[in-house]
Amino acid sequence: MPSQPDLSIEFCGIPMKNPLVLASGVMGTSATLLKRVALAGAGAVTAKSCGPVERAGHPNPVMVDWGHGLLNAIGLTNPGAKEEVALLAAAREALAPLGVPFFASIFAGTEEEFAQVAAVIAPAEPALIEVNISCPNVRDDFGTPFAANPETASAVTRAVKGAVGGIPIAVKLAPNVPDIGRIAAAVVDAGANAITAVNTMPGMVIDPEAAQPVLSNQTGGISGPALKPIALRCVAEIARAVDVPIIGTGGVLTGRDAVEMVMAGATAVGVGSAFWYRGADALTLIAEEMQTFMAQNGYSRVGDLIGKAVLR
Amino acid sequence: MREGFITYRLVSSKRLNANTFWMTFDAAIEAEPGQFVMAWLPGVGEKPFSIAGMAPFSLMVVDVGPFSHALHQLQPGEKVWVKGPLGHGFQGSGKRLHLVGGGYGAAPLLALSRAVRGKEVDVTVCLGARTAEGLLLSENFADLGCQVELMTEDGSAGRKGLVTLAVEEALMEAKVEFLVACGPTEMLSAIASLALSYHVPYQLSWEAQMRCGMGLCGSCEVPQSFDPALPPGWLACFDGPVFINENP
Repeated sequence: MPSQPDLSIEFCGIPMKNPLVLASGVMGTSATLLKRVALAGAGAVTAKSCGPVERAGHPNPVMVDWGHGLLNAIGLTNPGAKEEVALLAAAREALAPLGVPFFASIFAGTEEEFAQVAAVIAPAEPALIEVNISCPNVRDDFGTPFAANPETASAVTRAVKGAVGGIPIAVKLAPNVPDIGRIAAAVVDAGANAITAVNTMPGMVIDPEAAQPVLSNQTGGISGPALKPIALRCVAEIARAVDVPIIGTGGVLTGRDAVEMVMAGATAVGVGSAFWYRGADALTLIAEEMQTFMAQNGYSRVGDLIGKAVLR
Repeated sequence: MREGFITYRLVSSKRLNANTFWMTFDAAIEAEPGQFVMAWLPGVGEKPFSIAGMAPFSLMVVDVGPFSHALHQLQPGEKVWVKGPLGHGFQGSGKRLHLVGGGYGAAPLLALSRAVRGKEVDVTVCLGARTAEGLLLSENFADLGCQVELMTEDGSAGRKGLVTLAVEEALMEAKVEFLVACGPTEMLSAIASLALSYHVPYQLSWEAQMRCGMGLCGSCEVPQSFDPALPPGWLACFDGPVFINENP
């Protein structure tokens, strides 16, 4: 009898028992929540993005299931980098015995602030720092996301890279750009060790009886099933453009979705909205389904799938 | 239904005390007792509420801030937008239930009492509040055939003392098979520690600051310091609001 397919991967030198990464912004607001998700089968977990100072985020409603996906505008609620570093240190302690690496995530309004936030949280020694230059929900405070063009994206990457010592960084890109491969190439040139693709897609849901948008922020970011084909296309474009590993994120709810993301060129797979669609066991279910798919289709390791659908 | 919001029109609003209304809407909601909804008033905001009645859909609304104040101003025929039912409610409970409600925590317990009516379940409910004015729904419980015990901190109705005093007495007399409680955090923590020390199974409905209501944003985590039996990272909106400990 053939042995079970091996889900383990190495991402930027970080060993992971499976490719599933808790996406930033979902459940990652405390050390205990990160531990919970690690215990629930994650290969790695990403904390909620933190910025230079505390932010309350947007008033309710902040999230809605509109039938083909979710729309959210939480508004980067976070305690500020100085508080976050304690949370991350607690997370490191809680996760170390479980063998599940944790990733930090940072955002800021300027290159300088990005570097400052990175320098503040680096001592917590996350296995990787994700650089969130693509939140679609804070335009009023921060203007156009840095992910919108190669120059600003690479400037932030360079600033963060200079502030984190040897910690690898993954730059999180936005789907709503004309040429995501070009932006990926620019941030890799600027020192990014990996790419996370994609953030949520800007969108709006209107309640016709209320005659107004549902979210208090008017617009939000689309995640869940509607995002998957958009994310797959972005990951494929990036995989063609650069040689660094990709965390493919967007609408992964099942093992087959995860396989598609890897076949588009991702090495690791971000999971977020799946907790709403499939419940607390989402990660375990996705990992099992991935393994079943691989066994049924003759794949023995994740590496055999990477880019298989698009890289020829 | 999980998608978007459903609108309900207000049928009647009945004043229960100086700052509390019982609000009845024009349709039923298919839910289990203990589940909650997010209620939205466009332009005002959105807040979580325990479902106080399923058929017809009813809420008990205490005027504690701008949103509940706006709900109180709603006139018959006007709409409220509802997302839900959400979360997990109370589960099957044996033949003897001991309910404990602190203040407006009585609301989901009434929904539970109504759901077990006619199923030969013996229900005792202990309601507590600071003053007589804060005791809610006691007549409704009595009408359902529940045994009702009242506690007030100032002695203005029922016995004087905290509701946890009555709970501990009942536990000492080994009268309790299953404890079910809803109320302020301090009360629930005290009841959890009593239930743990007397090894009595319990279900507690926790309240927390909810934002997405869908288990994703992490705002409503209830820490283990409130009840050591909670698993790490327990979310009131997603895992709860009811926490069930069958083997304390």
